[in-house]
Amino acid sequence: MAIPFREVLNSGKFVITGEVGPPKGTNLEKMIHHIDLLKERVDALNVTDNQSSVMRFPSLGTCLLIKEHGGEPVFQMTCRDRNRLALQADLLFAYARGIRNVLCLTGDSITVGDHKEAKAVFDLDSVQLLHTVHTLESGWDIAGNELDGAVEFCVGACVTPDADPIEPQLIKFEKKVQAGIQFCQTQAIYDLDNFRKFMEYARKLDKNTKILAGIVLLVGARMARFMNESVPGIYVPEELIDELASAPKGKGLEKGIEIAGRLIRQIKEQAICDGVHIMAIGREELVPEILAAAGL
Amino acid sequence: MKTITQQKPFEEIIQFLEREQRVYLIGCGTCATMCQTGGKPEVLEMKGKLEEIGKEVTGWMVISTACDSLTREALEEDIEAVQRADAILVMACAFGVQTVAQYVEKLVYPALNTLLLGHEDSPGHFSRICIQCADCVLAQTGGICPIARCPKNLLNGPCGGSEGGKCEINPDLPCAWHLIIERLTKLGKLDKLEAIVPPKDWSVSFTGSPPPPR
Repeated sequence: MAIPFREVLNSGKFVITGEVGPPKGTNLEKMIHHIDLLKERVDALNVTDNQSSVMRFPSLGTCLLIKEHGGEPVFQMTCRDRNRLALQADLLFAYARGIRNVLCLTGDSITVGDHKEAKAVFDLDSVQLLHTVHTLESGWDIAGNELDGAVEFCVGACVTPDADPIEPQLIKFEKKVQAGIQFCQTQAIYDLDNFRKFMEYARKLDKNTKILAGIVLLVGARMARFMNESVPGIYVPEELIDELASAPKGKGLEKGIEIAGRLIRQIKEQAICDGVHIMAIGREELVPEILAAAGL
Repeated sequence: MKTITQQKPFEEIIQFLEREQRVYLIGCGTCATMCQTGGKPEVLEMKGKLEEIGKEVTGWMVISTACDSLTREALEEDIEAVQRADAILVMACAFGVQTVAQYVEKLVYPALNTLLLGHEDSPGHFSRICIQCADCVLAQTGGICPIARCPKNLLNGPCGGSEGGKCEINPDLPCAWHLIIERLTKLGKLDKLEAIVPPKDWSVSFTGSPPPPR
């Protein structure tokens, strides 16, 4: 049996979370392989919710699978595809089936996904979803009706420490802290100097929220450049791109694993934050190698 | 501010009119004229295009404000040509189309898509200013509406897709929350954003649930 994530967060150990991305379809073989591979290596496994607005096997169903396989799931919930009734109903279901961790997100725009003609919902935003979880915990729904049986979750949110400009993101982050979060997983970070500045601010704001630095595996210089150009809030420093570019042909991925491992090691050794959240985006089978490169 | 419209693809209009031989054309002298989608030049251009594909245009008019009840009188002035048509093609916003439908016992087709209520910043470039949600949030946001201007209708600050003051879905679209924060910073009123804004009441809005009786 996995140790409850809340206990891990409160234990003071360096926390490691991973992520599984559900497939498009009902063939779950590869994902189950990833779950079995990672469940013992990480403290909890996030499950993305129609990631990048692409319709897939659901986050909630995958969380149940992780439970069945003895892992500890983090149920990612976005506000894009469900209104307040559906979000609350899914939270009730998740709790009743033993899911104890939820990550509240706004969700990507419909326009970046594969159902561009869909109607976006966004009835709630991420801060309001956090508030909704806590309202359900108090035994009431957000319309003021009493529940017959409440919920209790370890609640998290995300933040983008490399956003430019950062101030608007910090205003949002402060509201998330105000709404009540136990943990926060960041967007991918590569620039530790900048991340230290964010952590200084975050610690001053609130000492209790556990911050897990987002680690996204870079598979080559091209991907790093693409992320700098096209993904808001991600900044890969030039020297890392040069390092990736200097790798011999066909060795870009190895270099990426080395860089990810090094970042994790530095974060841990310098106690910059409370842990890391590793997003291998489709290459989950490489997470053990990343952890090995980090000396974990 | 005006109703911003855009002409439908001509192929779609031809499909509407597949079984209608005689067509009466109506433009609008207000918003659609300003948008250059349903003024006199556009109506005449449509007339030419329909005639080119063998349709008979029994007549046309540009009603000064198609959404106004005076539309009834305008239609009566040319009632003979209107009656001779199998259908009416309206080059006005959806309000104009429905006003015409109210006064004429004929099939009415829209030639335009009604996009939004907003500004035309430059020809062909529009900003959505208000979606008429019936629960105005401008007091909390420095007079800039995130419901109309943020694609995710966010009420508590920007999403992670805001970069350099622009929205992730379109580099030409300013991030509404960037504008709000910039403005409140300038006014020294950033504290307006400290409190968590609760979920919005959509029950009063025509765009949310059906409105309660009034």
